Amino acid sequence: MNEHGSQLVTRESRLLRGAETRAGVNDGGWRAMSSRLVPRHEGTRALALAAPLLVLLIVSFGIPIIALLSRAVYDPSISRALPRTAETLRQAATEDPPGDEVFAALEADLKEDQARGTVFEFAKSLNSRLSGARSQVLKTARLLASGTSPSRSELIDAIPFWGEKQTWSTIRGGVHGFTSFYLLSALDLRWGVNGSLDFVPAGEAVFLRVFARTFMVAALVTLATLALGFPLAYLISNLPLARANLVLVLVLLPFWTSILVRTAAWTVLLQKFGLLNDALIALGITSERLELMYSRLGLIIAMTHIQLPFTLLPIYSVMRSISPSQLRAAHSLGARPLTAFRRVYLPQALPGVMAGCLLTFILCLGYYITPALIGGASDQLISNFIANYVNVDLNWEMAAALSFMLLAFTLLLYAAFARFLGLDRFKLV
Amino acid sequence: MTSFASLAASPQGQNLSRAASASPVNLVEFIEVEKIYAGHVVAVRRLDLEVRRGEFLTFLGPSGSGKTTTLNMLAGFERPTRGTIMLEGRSVDRLPPYERNIGMVFQNYALFPHMTVAENVAFPLSVRKIAKPDIASRVRRALEMVRLDMFGDRRPAQLSGGQQQRVALARALVYQPSLILMDEPLGALDKKLREHMQIELKQLHDQLGVTVVYVTHDQSEALTMSDRVAVFESGALAQIGKPDALYKEPADAFVANFIGENNTLEGTVEQLSKSTCVVRLGDSSHVKATPVGAMRLGDEAKLTIRPEQIRLIDAASDESTRLEGKVEGRIYLGDHQRLLVRLGNGQELMVKVPADESFHAGAPLMLSWSPADCRAFPANPRS
Repeated sequence: MNEHGSQLVTRESRLLRGAETRAGVNDGGWRAMSSRLVPRHEGTRALALAAPLLVLLIVSFGIPIIALLSRAVYDPSISRALPRTAETLRQAATEDPPGDEVFAALEADLKEDQARGTVFEFAKSLNSRLSGARSQVLKTARLLASGTSPSRSELIDAIPFWGEKQTWSTIRGGVHGFTSFYLLSALDLRWGVNGSLDFVPAGEAVFLRVFARTFMVAALVTLATLALGFPLAYLISNLPLARANLVLVLVLLPFWTSILVRTAAWTVLLQKFGLLNDALIALGITSERLELMYSRLGLIIAMTHIQLPFTLLPIYSVMRSISPSQLRAAHSLGARPLTAFRRVYLPQALPGVMAGCLLTFILCLGYYITPALIGGASDQLISNFIANYVNVDLNWEMAAALSFMLLAFTLLLYAAFARFLGLDRFKLV
Repeated sequence: MTSFASLAASPQGQNLSRAASASPVNLVEFIEVEKIYAGHVVAVRRLDLEVRRGEFLTFLGPSGSGKTTTLNMLAGFERPTRGTIMLEGRSVDRLPPYERNIGMVFQNYALFPHMTVAENVAFPLSVRKIAKPDIASRVRRALEMVRLDMFGDRRPAQLSGGQQQRVALARALVYQPSLILMDEPLGALDKKLREHMQIELKQLHDQLGVTVVYVTHDQSEALTMSDRVAVFESGALAQIGKPDALYKEPADAFVANFIGENNTLEGTVEQLSKSTCVVRLGDSSHVKATPVGAMRLGDEAKLTIRPEQIRLIDAASDESTRLEGKVEGRIYLGDHQRLLVRLGNGQELMVKVPADESFHAGAPLMLSWSPADCRAFPANPRS
């Protein structure tokens, strides 16, 4: 009996092998034919098809981003304002404050800047690297404009600013045009006077805390959307298709209004005398009106609402692809509902969960309008700071440095996910 | 051979101890079971059916005949609207599927794609909290049994359809359920592989002595593998019996046509006795047949006669049943050929004849058969 059986198995495997060989032959034939039809320009052809989009992306997206980000490390304002000083510093001086030669060059540069009317620009640019530098530079320029030519020691006596090591290490840092100043500042770091890398004093440190806050808010919103979205996705994926689509439309309804309108709507709902507080009081859940506007809680509520579909859709699409017979099989094999869910359903839904969470997390890292309108002063995320540097402070170098750090963190996170979990495990659609 | 024996003889005799109180013959009994969807769609009507211990029973029927619903009720995926299902002598109406200890093989195999083959087979053992070393040895035996012991580390997606089928089988057998359900398990395989797997399944059944309930819409599959076949028609059990009994003595016209090939002729009952009747076909020709089911004189009747039971006779012969016809078409099938014959009254018959005789279109023929082979069923059965 057994012998007969194994004969049959051998026959089967022979059949399978036969099928493979045939497929191989066919495949080879097809390849030969297709190579005749598409004469080895397949790569060129693909490139040609994608070229218009590629050009658009490079011109309208790639180049501006690179140009902007490059400002984080390339800032020629000092070498442009002090060309002679920069030249002499580069060539000779090694100690701070430097010798007479450099001071002579500095005085000549400042005089010329004053004459050209660009000294104010330089003072502001130096001030952004060294607070308090503006007034000192302007005072020096006024002094020089009066016609005097003080020697090195006279100038230091008159304006002690020029005798400080910090002043000269800052200028020295800018003479090449390339600077690590902004990138380090974005991490609350700076070069110390003796070449060591130090944290800025606690009073000036801002960005590490803001980055931590940004990641914290993004993580909380991601968890909230997951907690709300996972059960909903499970429910919808088990409905008949027609009804599932109806419920999906309801879930996606918020997508059809702009994010600004949705945020504005939340400000109406979350106000102290808004609908949500009215409802909580009326239901007797709280006796006092909650401060939901300009608070972390309000911000997370609004962001969760906006992000829910992004988390839900990838989870839903993966769940839809899990056959109902999977759970049935697990049950028939003796697994109780919770065990079956945990060991059979969840592992198969996980790629969707990860994709949805990663999508929401990364989108949350860049949130701007919602924290600006709903968050309080201590709920501003990194994007709000970037916007402030671009729009108000006009310090594009700092904005570029913060953007670069945000981009780097995001890419690192993505790379870590891809490395540990495998890119093929992400299922977006 | 050793692998089968060791699997069957390994410990864990929980099924045997439970069986002590049950009927010695019947493992499963359906008692007046009905399934009605949405209050009015009858999927299964008043089903009384026994599954005998150790048999290979096939539920056969076209789609929508209620065979899969019946299987799902037995597995516990659906609840009967009325009636009771007894397993091992006790009602399982309130028992969820995971407490029934029934093995099931699904149409699409339902292997867990995120587990290896070995993990799939180990799953029913690990949810039963069996010790790890035991699991390993039993998984190995089960995979040896289906000759996949070299494939334990692969993922299901890396296997061919036939191999996946065998993994599903090993997974359903590894915890030694007394009953295995199979829902069209060979439907996705190509014809050659399907025929091969039929033989292998039947061998496994014979060697393990397990009870199998098998669902299919393929009548040749049912005849090949089954000890008994239950034919379902629009929610009701039309007939249950051994394959040869269904073939030779169908209980109604539906079974006669569903099992094997059959010709159907329509006519009116003119004479009737207990064992024979005479039916007048559309014109003046008369045919003798064996009546099956309640009929009265003057009733409309359906006659069935199988192609291989029709004989060609001389025009001069004096057989009592003789019908004249003309060859309309011919199908050559290698070992035999089939003729499509149009009778004088316009009805058509398929006739099986030896391969080496030549017939041309329009040639006149005289057909005959034994009244015992031709069965007359009431065209509109009274219920």
